[in-house]
Amino acid sequence: AAMSVTEMFSYIQGSLSADQDVREEIRKVVQTLEQAAREILTVLQSVHQPSGFKEIPSKCAKARELFCTVRTQLGELKTKFPVEQYYRFHEHWRFVLQRLAFLAAFVVYLETETLVVREEVAKILGIQVVREKGFHLDVEDYLAGVLIMASELSRLAVNSVTAGDYTRPLRISNFINELDSGFRLLNLKNDPLRKRYDGLKYDVKKIEEVVYDLSIRGLAKDAGDNVNVGGVWAGPE
Amino acid sequence: MNRREGEACPRRNADAALDRDAGAASSSPVVAAFKVFQQELDTKHDKHERLVKISRDVTIESKRTIFLLHRVTRVGSVPNAEDILKEAEVKLDAVRQKIGQIAEELRGEDLFQFHRAFTPGIQEYVEAVSFLHYIRHRGLISLEEINARLVFSTAEKGTAEEPQTAGPALTFQVTPSDYLLGVADLTGELMRMCISSVGNGDIDTPFQLSQFLRQIHDGFSYIGNTGPYEVSKKLHTLRQSLGKVEDACYALRVRGSEIPKHMLADVFSSRTALPDPEEGVV
Repeated sequence: AAMSVTEMFSYIQGSLSADQDVREEIRKVVQTLEQAAREILTVLQSVHQPSGFKEIPSKCAKARELFCTVRTQLGELKTKFPVEQYYRFHEHWRFVLQRLAFLAAFVVYLETETLVVREEVAKILGIQVVREKGFHLDVEDYLAGVLIMASELSRLAVNSVTAGDYTRPLRISNFINELDSGFRLLNLKNDPLRKRYDGLKYDVKKIEEVVYDLSIRGLAKDAGDNVNVGGVWAGPE
Repeated sequence: MNRREGEACPRRNADAALDRDAGAASSSPVVAAFKVFQQELDTKHDKHERLVKISRDVTIESKRTIFLLHRVTRVGSVPNAEDILKEAEVKLDAVRQKIGQIAEELRGEDLFQFHRAFTPGIQEYVEAVSFLHYIRHRGLISLEEINARLVFSTAEKGTAEEPQTAGPALTFQVTPSDYLLGVADLTGELMRMCISSVGNGDIDTPFQLSQFLRQIHDGFSYIGNTGPYEVSKKLHTLRQSLGKVEDACYALRVRGSEIPKHMLADVFSSRTALPDPEEGVV
């Protein structure tokens, strides 16, 4: 009745290599997801170009098309392991899911200048919000994605000034401040999310500096209509 | 900043920025959303902390059981051996109750989300229960046998909170990895058992032990790097334990049973001074 030592170890070995096979399958799909995420990022990166500011709606539309592929790939990922073992393999897709959450949040911000809700991100990615319902978006991954977006927005604030759009930094500043108050409500542990949150204050600071530069020159009020950009920049630089 | 703030007051005072936009922001959808996240994260962290605490208790009680079991081997075939084994069984029953609490916390959760919180305790339990099993049966307890004893009736727990339907029994499943890591630790205990049995003039046990340890060592070699990283780390300590036991058997064979005890002690201490890194203060 009792198993011999050899039998026992060969049983364990079997379960371990089955586990490895699952991980291998997951890794393959995650690679295609990473590829898709890079493509979306490339599309959205162009909004930092001076010409890109006019094309924001079309870039967002293009990005939304690309999310179709993501939904398909995430649909495939779901089939690679039993759903109740989500956290067993979580580390394999955690990084890419955070990137995708960021990209979804960024698209929605560019379109509506609001913070995407977790439900909406899940919808864009074609996954669930609640664990009980299947492959879901972990709240910490959603929050990490939002934090990645914050640093992208601080970049956007700088580049929008260069492109002559002086009102955008103010709107970004309000938005980031609101985000910051949101994150202050959280009791974060000493974990990766906490580390990432610690970077938010630098994004806030950077955007405040942009707003400051604009306001001492009276640019914030003029809203970039009849401003001589060249004259303004001649001073401080 | 503090790692964890209990109350809202010190936090609020520290952050002038929050006060600045508190009036406008408190009603904003963003802040409302983050209040939900706060609750979700706090709930998760609390559960994690509770599991860590239970796991610690499981570790402590398992270690005590192991100490107790070493008394059996130390006195050799003394008449009260069976009493000690029974006492160990009672202690392990108490440990299983604690594991039942872990299972209770994990009810409806993804076991792997909180695995890190309780894996040390479970490994220690595997070590204790497999040590007792070896002393009784001179064999390796199987994962299935371990899991079979981690079935808890839902009736006694939970009646206080909610009316429970007599649903399926609550179970706890030790993962293959935790089982392996526990068995790897067991080999350290077996090495100590070997020392004390030699000290008692028990000649058979060291040979039995060396054979058993060799089988386990071969098993781990078979698994190699298929397993998790911690397993390959423990393989090194396992080799040391095995080496000591094999040297002891060698000494016994060469010198016979008349070998002076202080020389046997030399056999064991010659490799390394009996490192015992896992065993903290109980």
